Amino acid sequence: MISHWRTLFAFSLLLVIAGCTSNSAPVSNLKPTGFGSALVESSGGKQIGPTGMVLADPLVVQVNDEQGTAVAGALVEFSGPAGVSFDPPSGLTDSSGQLSTNVALGGMAGRYQFTARTSTKAGKSVELKIEEIAMGYQQQVGFQLDKKYCARCHNPESTPERVSNYDNLEVKPHPFVEGDTLNKMSDADLTAIISHGGPALGKSALMPPYGYTLSKTEIEGLIAYIRLISDPPYHAAGTVYAQK
Amino acid sequence: MVLGVAMEKLALQPSYQSSKPSLWHTLFGEPVRTFGVVSLLLLISLAIAPAKNHFSEWRHYQKKYLALIQNRGDALTLQRHFYQHDGIQQIWLPQLGVVDRCTTCHVGLKEASVGDVSTQPFRRHPAIPHTVDQFGCVMCHRGQGPATTVEEAHSSTLAWEQPILPARYVQSSCGQCHRAPLTGTPQLNLGRNLLSRYGCVHCHTIKLPDGSAMKPTDDPPSLEHIADKTTREWIYAWLKDPQAYAVTATMPNFKLSDPDARDISAFLIANSTPLPGDTEAVAETRAVAPDPAAGASLYGESFCASCHAVQNAAGNVVGGDVGPELTRVGNKVKPEWLRAWLRNPRVYDSGTAMPHYRFTDPQVSLLTGFLGSKTDSDLLANVHLDAATPEQIAHGKLLVTEYGCASCHEINGVKKPDNFAPELTRIGNKPLTQILFLPGMTHALPDYIAAKIRQPRSFGAALKMPQFSLAPAQIDALTTALLALTDHSQDLPRALTVPAKPVSNYHPAGKAGQLMSDLACFSCHAINGRGGDMAPDLTWEGSSVQRPWLLAFLKNPGTLRPALIRRMPRFNLSDSDAAELTDYIITVYQTPAFDRDSMSAGSYPPAQVEQGKQLFYSKYACQSCHIVDTKADKGYIGPTLTQVGSRLTAAWIYHYLRDPQTMRPGTIEPNRNMNDGDARALTAFLMTQKGSGKQEAKK
Repeated sequence: MISHWRTLFAFSLLLVIAGCTSNSAPVSNLKPTGFGSALVESSGGKQIGPTGMVLADPLVVQVNDEQGTAVAGALVEFSGPAGVSFDPPSGLTDSSGQLSTNVALGGMAGRYQFTARTSTKAGKSVELKIEEIAMGYQQQVGFQLDKKYCARCHNPESTPERVSNYDNLEVKPHPFVEGDTLNKMSDADLTAIISHGGPALGKSALMPPYGYTLSKTEIEGLIAYIRLISDPPYHAAGTVYAQK
Repeated sequence: MVLGVAMEKLALQPSYQSSKPSLWHTLFGEPVRTFGVVSLLLLISLAIAPAKNHFSEWRHYQKKYLALIQNRGDALTLQRHFYQHDGIQQIWLPQLGVVDRCTTCHVGLKEASVGDVSTQPFRRHPAIPHTVDQFGCVMCHRGQGPATTVEEAHSSTLAWEQPILPARYVQSSCGQCHRAPLTGTPQLNLGRNLLSRYGCVHCHTIKLPDGSAMKPTDDPPSLEHIADKTTREWIYAWLKDPQAYAVTATMPNFKLSDPDARDISAFLIANSTPLPGDTEAVAETRAVAPDPAAGASLYGESFCASCHAVQNAAGNVVGGDVGPELTRVGNKVKPEWLRAWLRNPRVYDSGTAMPHYRFTDPQVSLLTGFLGSKTDSDLLANVHLDAATPEQIAHGKLLVTEYGCASCHEINGVKKPDNFAPELTRIGNKPLTQILFLPGMTHALPDYIAAKIRQPRSFGAALKMPQFSLAPAQIDALTTALLALTDHSQDLPRALTVPAKPVSNYHPAGKAGQLMSDLACFSCHAINGRGGDMAPDLTWEGSSVQRPWLLAFLKNPGTLRPALIRRMPRFNLSDSDAAELTDYIITVYQTPAFDRDSMSAGSYPPAQVEQGKQLFYSKYACQSCHIVDTKADKGYIGPTLTQVGSRLTAAWIYHYLRDPQTMRPGTIEPNRNMNDGDARALTAFLMTQKGSGKQEAKK
């Protein structure tokens, strides 16, 4: 009988223990040998990549001192919202004062803001905010379509592989990041202008209609992508729910 | 009742019997008390099961969900959906073997209106082309479908090997059914491309569901006549570190020791047989003073950069990736071999993607001088090899056999080994029990595959798999492509799979066919499903262009799209060869959709031409992408149309305007749903754009 009691007790204790899971934060055991007073982004910010995947270019940050000289051996730690991972999550800057980390974005499409942190000699924390954008399936479809059909006119910047047609157009198209204008247009407006061309909304005929070329899901993907990269960010005008 | 009686007895116990009764005595001192306590215990133990059910994780999540939606504007709808089937949810698809209870906790998965919720497990599923009811969850995300606890559903346990697939590899799941590239899965497409391009499938067999095997696309050179082409020193340096010679080289690093590299290079040189016509006697070389500027401009005019890359001073690799990188080619090839190669590459390699350019002797000398000057003095500076001994050569042959060099390269006297490396047809379901993990590694298949690609020899210094030079994104892409090779990918019902376009082995016939192989047309152009995608598909070129234009173009290709860097090179064709090709293309490559001569090439009423002009500039605004009037129009996307009336047939223009994607699959020209009258008027206007030789020359 006693053994039965013990079993029961042990069982309930197990249940309690199993219910409580703890996440211990990784503790960096690196000892900084240098201290800076400023943290700047060298490269790798404002990238766009698929959800959950490692961004194409590593994020590189640099630690500088008051004179703006690079500081080697300074400890930099990266932290971000749930789902974002860094490889490595912290490290010491190299001889040119830089630390490079590979960033994997979270599982949800959208903007991810995270922080790089270093501390001064006095122990004051210096922070740098960095933003990257993650694309879900729909946005990725849009991204591909943009590259193929839209970017040549809508992206003013030329690359070695693609000369931009932007400067050749009498009426300038809106770059897709131009949130000030595009955020004011509803999804229905964008669908109309993509499907039926500029004149559908009283705009230039230089924008041809793509309604017979792209499918409905492709146009939806394109709009999802435009909404994602818009700067300032786009906020859908949906129903506003009362919060408890 | 029984319990009540027992309790009564317990209460009536005289308190004087013992001042300190033991727990045992208190509970089991008397038979009646024993009976009561045992009954109580029985009752409690019977209550465990319902209590466990009541406090189960999934009920906890369902309660949290109800609390979350309580005060929302759409609460009524969401609650109605929820109470329609509360309790444990299940998606059962017998045909696919899917039993998924994920929606028990992931309650908002199918709710269109919870897009603003970002807390898991209540998020809406992002928009994808399939619904949860069609395929369930674990088909794409893996994990244990029937489980109803977080731990069992998502992690691998003793009884269940498949944890949730990390989001970074999720495109692999699309690849189980979809063999053809999809717009939405760039990572999977890249991974599959790399499996062929990096030659993984030379050693590892990957069988496709249709029974065929995946084919490599890297075309590693034959080493049968290697001594004609290069020196033993270069082979040594290349074997030691291929990427030191060319950063874009796909040849992996075998991490050879110095003596091993010495012996392999000794064997390859000793084993090479001379090929007649492969090298030109240096005496024959005409004395041409090296002229770097003229050589560089000939290199540019011949559009070598469309296929070959060169690393510039800033370290950027500029140029195409069809042929090998030429940054340090002067260190590699012998000048006499290069001369012969430039004269006619098909002598050394009959299947090469390089066209036979028909260069004149002075041109060959210019290019040889220019390419020969592309050297890096550091590359071979420290390579000093003594004459090879027979033992070294024999040892070299042994190493060549052991490392499976003949899996990729043709080598005299060494047979291509069969199944040199493990087959990867079902690698995406490899049981974890068959995998030896490294210490400290996550025990999951994706981590194993990625680690194996990243650093194969970390699993054992004696392993043969070499070290590839891959960027992290490429490793992820390869892992994704390999994870797609699951049991499902082989065993799913045919009706559910989307096969890739069948590979065509089309070969044009006759003399024109020989010419097209000689000029390597298929390296850039596709015809009838075979060929590259650098240049336009020529399947219906015969319906599209006018004979005089094509003949002149083949003799001296001008550009149709001024903004493009990659252009058709000039092959210095003879008149008879150009005529032969022109006739073949015009006669054979015709669409069955219409007759190329069904519409007039000239003589359109001026009113119709004028109407077409109006349509061109106003209604359809074609000038945003095309140029008709070089002074006014600036559109740089489509081809220049200044001489389109002497280039294209009227019938082609008309049918193309009506439905561009049918005429040229994949073209970005939008379908304008043009009516017949508009299309005819535009055709009339465009046919008047005959251009003129003088105007073209001025440009």
